[in-house]
Amino acid sequence: MKVLVPVKSVAQIDGEPLLDGAAEVSPDLLEWRLNEWDEFALEAALRLVEGDGGEVVVVTVGQEEAEEGLLACLAKGADRAVRIWDPALAGADPLAVAGLLARLATEEQPDLILGGVQSSDSGNAATAVALAGLLDLPRVAVVAGIELDGDQLTVERELDGGAIEVLRLRTPALLTVQTGINEPRYATLRAIKQAKAKPLATLGPAELGTDAAAALALAGSRTVALAMPERGEGATMIDGPPSAIAGRIAEIVTAEVGS
Amino acid sequence: MTARGVLVFGIVDDGQLRPATAELIGAGKALADDGAGPLTVALLGAVTDAHGEAVDRAGVEEILLVSSPEPSFEAHVAEAALAALIESRRPSVVLAGHTVDSLGFAPALAARAGLGFATDVSGIGWGEDGASARRGAYAERLTAELDFPGRETVLLLLREGAFEPATAAGSAPVSRLDLDLAGAARTELVERRTPPAGDVDITTADFLLSIGRGVEDEEQVAKLEEIAAKIGATLSVSRPLVDAGWVPSDRQVGQSGRTVAPKVYLALGISGAVQHLAGISAAKTIIAVNSDPDAPIFAAAHYGAVADLFEVATELQQQLG
Ligand SMILES: Cc1cc2nc3c(=O)[nH]c(=O)nc-3n(C[C@H](O)[C@H](O)[C@H](O)COP(=O)(O)OP(=O)(O)OC[C@H]3O[C@@H](n4cnc5c(N)ncnc54)[C@H](O)[C@@H]3O)c2cc1C
Repeated sequence: MKVLVPVKSVAQIDGEPLLDGAAEVSPDLLEWRLNEWDEFALEAALRLVEGDGGEVVVVTVGQEEAEEGLLACLAKGADRAVRIWDPALAGADPLAVAGLLARLATEEQPDLILGGVQSSDSGNAATAVALAGLLDLPRVAVVAGIELDGDQLTVERELDGGAIEVLRLRTPALLTVQTGINEPRYATLRAIKQAKAKPLATLGPAELGTDAAAALALAGSRTVALAMPERGEGATMIDGPPSAIAGRIAEIVTAEVGS
Repeated sequence: MTARGVLVFGIVDDGQLRPATAELIGAGKALADDGAGPLTVALLGAVTDAHGEAVDRAGVEEILLVSSPEPSFEAHVAEAALAALIESRRPSVVLAGHTVDSLGFAPALAARAGLGFATDVSGIGWGEDGASARRGAYAERLTAELDFPGRETVLLLLREGAFEPATAAGSAPVSRLDLDLAGAARTELVERRTPPAGDVDITTADFLLSIGRGVEDEEQVAKLEEIAAKIGATLSVSRPLVDAGWVPSDRQVGQSGRTVAPKVYLALGISGAVQHLAGISAAKTIIAVNSDPDAPIFAAAHYGAVADLFEVATELQQQLG
């Protein structure tokens, strides 16, 4: 049993971005961490393989900073990692990323692909299901429970309001994993050291039989500009020390709810 | 850019048309008014004439009812149906909801059919160069303006609550469209389960003290629950506290939790993700306390304070308790 887990290092803005109509944030202002949803997808993959034997391969399309995230996955128990990159891919949209992942998946031939529902930075919730489309795999998005019996998957799909739909499908398949499905493990210090000895391959688009321009031609959209959001009317801000803030909140509560 | 029209794709699931379909139609009409071409609404599912009437709003030129072979929503059937509609009609823009259902088929279709594509869209436009869209970036700290050069059809998933619903009645012809969808399903439905009722009902509370990941550890949850009780509030939470197993799911506010309508919603240490905000749009007064001045929750709140939640909660206990 081979499980492929596409992961993303997400960017957090640290500081005030100077935008001026730019379509990118200066890399100096970005901090990277592994996407929260992917932690749950990786844990689900590790548990399936621990039960049935096999291999967990993590893959990312990302710049050098993304290697830290891959190492964290290896430390938790992934067997191999692949990083796909070319500087021209900076800002690639979900469909372009899915195109590159599809090329790798075609080589790897996994039985199951487990992605996160979405990434916490852009929140597209699109890459993994786009990948399923390109590979023509059956898929379920927003999965809160997974059971595997042979090639038979029984999954819980999360609906609105806490409702659940139980579905059956056959592998090979792709699922997008929701937070809370499991409790992701922490890596031991020893495992963190040993992770550096595990295979971590770096591939360019050429090694996947394409080039950056062709990969980007699959993009579904182009970012023309970034801007600070219009905050609308926004909140009336309460200033002052905590006692003054609490005082004002108490007034509002008393007026609205009564006491 | 040639304008070949706007297609709204609505889903009927378990006999229900999603209420936000009216917002898709409102957004589609705005595009049509800006020159994107005629507005068509297609509904997929166990569709009845009543569903057709429900989407007959001013500005809609044509309504298509597509019967699904499955009794409830199935992602691969939806993908096949929308693929066939796009292939035969070649609309310039297709609008669907940014819902958990759409997440299961729209990205697959967009990748396969080479569509222009964006999700969680909160603003749209039509101009000389075709469609444009606005969405959040960097965890909603920024907004991104998108365009779709070279794409004949652009599929946009619209954020619920971000567009004005179409309300005026229309008079569009309704017809049934037969698509060959037999065999399209690739998942088999076993059952659906609604969440069990818990011991508290946060949906009827007048005053919710709602805590998020800012509380950082489990011990703090008990303390804040005590403070809530003392000041006459009911404790509710954001999803990560339920995911961590600290609080039962009947306390969760948001898209996958409960929709609440208190007189006062006091959010402590909650960033304001779209799925959280989906649960509090009916709250009368939203007060947010967050240590990050750029937290998106301040855009949705009526009152805000940049402060440490524990300090404010402790003071509040003294003043209201
Ligand atoms: C399909 C789907 C459904 C979902 N459904 C829901 C749902 O129903 N409900 C829900 O809540 N989420 C839901 N989510 C998750 C959602 O996307 C967010 O991940 C979640 O809402 C974040 O919760 P949070 O704001 O508590 O945490 P975070 O985003 O981590 O925010 C924590 C906040 O606390 C602040 N903070 C930290 N320390 C302090 C302090 N000492 N004092 C004051 N402030 C502090 C930080 O500045 C930050 O803004 C869903 C996601 C998906 C994909």
